[in-house]
Amino acid sequence: MSMSVRSRSLLAVAALLLAGAFFLPLWNVALVAPQYPEGLGMRIWINTIAGLKPNDLDSINNLNHYIGMKRIEPESIPELRLMPILVGGLLALGLVAAAVGRRWLARVWVGAFLVLGVAGLVDFYRWEYDYGHNLDMENAIIKVPGMNYQPPLIGSKQLLNFTATSLPAAGGYLIAFSLALGVFALYMDRSRESQAVEAKAPNTSPVTSVA
Amino acid sequence: MTLTRRAGVLAGAGAVLAAAGYMFACAPTTKTSGAGASDAPSRVYVPPGTYDEFYAFMSGGFSGQVGVYGLPSGRLLKVVPVFSQNAENGYGYNDETRPMLMTSHGMVPWDDTHHPSLSMTSGEHDGRWLFINGNNTPRFARIDLTTFETTETLEVPNTGGNHGAPYTTENTEYVVAATRFSVPIPQKDVAIADYAKEFKGTVSFVRSDAPGKMDIAFQVLVPGYDYDLGRPGKGPSHGWVFFTSYNTEQAYTKLEVNASKNDKDYIIALNWKELEKCVAAGKAQTMSANYYHNYYDEATHSAKSERKTSVKVLTPGTCPNSVYYLPTPKSPHGVDVDPTGEYIVGGGKLATVIPVHSFSKLTKAIAEKKFDKTIDDIPVINYEATMFCEVQNPGLGPLHTEFDGNGHAYTSVFITSEIVKYTLPGCEVVDRVPTYYSVGHLMVPGGDTKKPYGKYVIAMNKITKDRFLGTGPELTQSAQMYDITGAKMKLLLDFPTIGEPHYAQAIDAKLIKDKQVKFFKLADNKHPYVARTEGEMDVTRKGKTVHVKMTAIRSHFAPDNIAGVQVGDTVLFHVTNLEQDWDVPHGFAAMGSAHDSELLVMPGQTRTLRWVANAPGVYPFYCTDFCSALHQEMQGYVRVSPAGSSTPISFSIGTPAAVANK
Repeated sequence: MSMSVRSRSLLAVAALLLAGAFFLPLWNVALVAPQYPEGLGMRIWINTIAGLKPNDLDSINNLNHYIGMKRIEPESIPELRLMPILVGGLLALGLVAAAVGRRWLARVWVGAFLVLGVAGLVDFYRWEYDYGHNLDMENAIIKVPGMNYQPPLIGSKQLLNFTATSLPAAGGYLIAFSLALGVFALYMDRSRESQAVEAKAPNTSPVTSVA
Repeated sequence: MTLTRRAGVLAGAGAVLAAAGYMFACAPTTKTSGAGASDAPSRVYVPPGTYDEFYAFMSGGFSGQVGVYGLPSGRLLKVVPVFSQNAENGYGYNDETRPMLMTSHGMVPWDDTHHPSLSMTSGEHDGRWLFINGNNTPRFARIDLTTFETTETLEVPNTGGNHGAPYTTENTEYVVAATRFSVPIPQKDVAIADYAKEFKGTVSFVRSDAPGKMDIAFQVLVPGYDYDLGRPGKGPSHGWVFFTSYNTEQAYTKLEVNASKNDKDYIIALNWKELEKCVAAGKAQTMSANYYHNYYDEATHSAKSERKTSVKVLTPGTCPNSVYYLPTPKSPHGVDVDPTGEYIVGGGKLATVIPVHSFSKLTKAIAEKKFDKTIDDIPVINYEATMFCEVQNPGLGPLHTEFDGNGHAYTSVFITSEIVKYTLPGCEVVDRVPTYYSVGHLMVPGGDTKKPYGKYVIAMNKITKDRFLGTGPELTQSAQMYDITGAKMKLLLDFPTIGEPHYAQAIDAKLIKDKQVKFFKLADNKHPYVARTEGEMDVTRKGKTVHVKMTAIRSHFAPDNIAGVQVGDTVLFHVTNLEQDWDVPHGFAAMGSAHDSELLVMPGQTRTLRWVANAPGVYPFYCTDFCSALHQEMQGYVRVSPAGSSTPISFSIGTPAAVANK
């Protein structure tokens, strides 16, 4: 079944929106403490992690040595090399789906998008868990029994003197919007299809009555 | 005791008390005045966490430094070390900054700062640099207002005391200076009694618009008087500078009396645009000289000294139509030019009027050659020909004048201890207010520019007496701030200052606060002994000198165990602060540093402590600036072995396996 021009256009726009993920940060983790009223923070980009301010990542790593947390080193996180390929692939597939205009392909695209999105969040959580729990207790300077330093996936959490706030950034919102637009395009097409079925019904009824 | 008798006794005691109270009430007292305006608290209160409106740069006088204060609160923000060694952060002690104090007399660790002068663009403060003079061993300094550090010093040759300096021209083309003391030029062994014959003064023009390149552009040789204070012209008078002179009697002993005989001394007016032409035309003589230029290289975090051996000197005779004398009453001290550039206000230390010269009348008098006489090729212009007015009844001993930009001048009056406010061009005194006590300079924010901010006048006092809690014979110095927004001046605040707050300038905080350097980029650090990571830590021996390349980061030094130093060695601890964040300095001190103070190392910076190993043992070193929760753990040891010991140089942190080295 082929899709309407409008839905195909929406699909194409949704796919193209993903290009923004290459230029905009996906996620922000902001840290505020009494000694850091101006705040420290990290930005997760499609292929790297950087400080909100030029030296924030170094500062965070330096502070983390007190609690025995591993250094956050973008080059040691393979997902950051994988993500551009996956998002790029998704973008291409979306455009193909829009060009071909087959509903099944659009469904595959939305499905793949959902799977990758959920996997991404799970993976992010897993990294946060790892950083927050697998501490070098041998060399940790501050040891609080039972304490872990896992930042929240979304929302705020108090970690000793720091309030950590984790929220999607512009690129993250753009990805979510792209997905929503893809789903919306399918939905629009589906309602058109059901309208079409209903519109057909009177034409077929004589046949039916004949039958 | 009956009730009536008791009442009688009480009544008697009451009468005695009343009489005593009456007697004290009759005794003269000045203390009850000077309590401040009723709205003063709300005018000067800057709530916690909010900022002052102005930065005020107040000279530290004989402390040799500059104090930075916030206005209107009067809170001390920083003491910038300039001409004096500063044990607090190591300035002038450590190898990186010692060269800033180099002079032809050797390293001079102290001076006397008097007149801060902010850099200008189009006659307004632009917030790039602050210049200040060293009065004693004649010097200039430039302070960079992005780092609040002294980045350049320049010695002034042919000068007996750099009091009349620095004054910045309208676009920071020059800072200008005049010698306080005349001296034999060039210096030679002559009888002091030959003063009139042998002694000369100079006015110096210092190229100041390029950082690191301060230089004496040229000097003008002038008659052997004492030159006091100056100001460049502005607007129509841009291109001129004016300095007061006293001791035109040419006394060389007991000046108090002998230099106070003449009814009038002179303001010297120099047309520097004409002087520039004469220099360009090759009319200046190149004199051999010996003076130092020192500048701080932010890339290497180190100062360098260069010796200079000549200076260009002009004489008024070789450059006619460029230098004039304006007779001015009674040993004039201050000479100040109003925001329009038309009025030149003199202040006679012993005068009872304030003479105001007119620049347009000055140029007319020159054109019409209204000269009374000539001294050493310098025409003396007729007093009446340049005189605009004499402000009557200003009190005794007017000194310095600043302006509010609304047609008012404010002059400090030393002997009668007050500030008088008068109209200009009206020349009418409209208000006066006492100061506590004996005001020297005064300052209106932007008061020497074309566009003063007005708002306040700050009196810098010479005596504080009973204004603060006493602290033995040596009392704090102080400044006082008055509101000048209304018709009457109102006292708002007294605040203590470091050294002597001789003169000050204030600038809108907006021009400075957002361009502050927060830390130095480690990647840009080109210090020869920088260690940019802990991996670069190193200890090497060169003869009897041991170089330690050390890093500091919260909360450890690397290395923190050093061995192989021998008695008689000089150890140079080159400490690099690896932090790359604001407000995380680390300090460094080693037990028994007989040659240096501590180090205070800013993030990304390298500083060197010189330490001599005197006796075998193990000596601690530690961080002095409370940097983190584990600041007390930020420490280490250096082991000293007897001379000739076989203990090899080694160093480490964390792991006991010492790294053996060369």
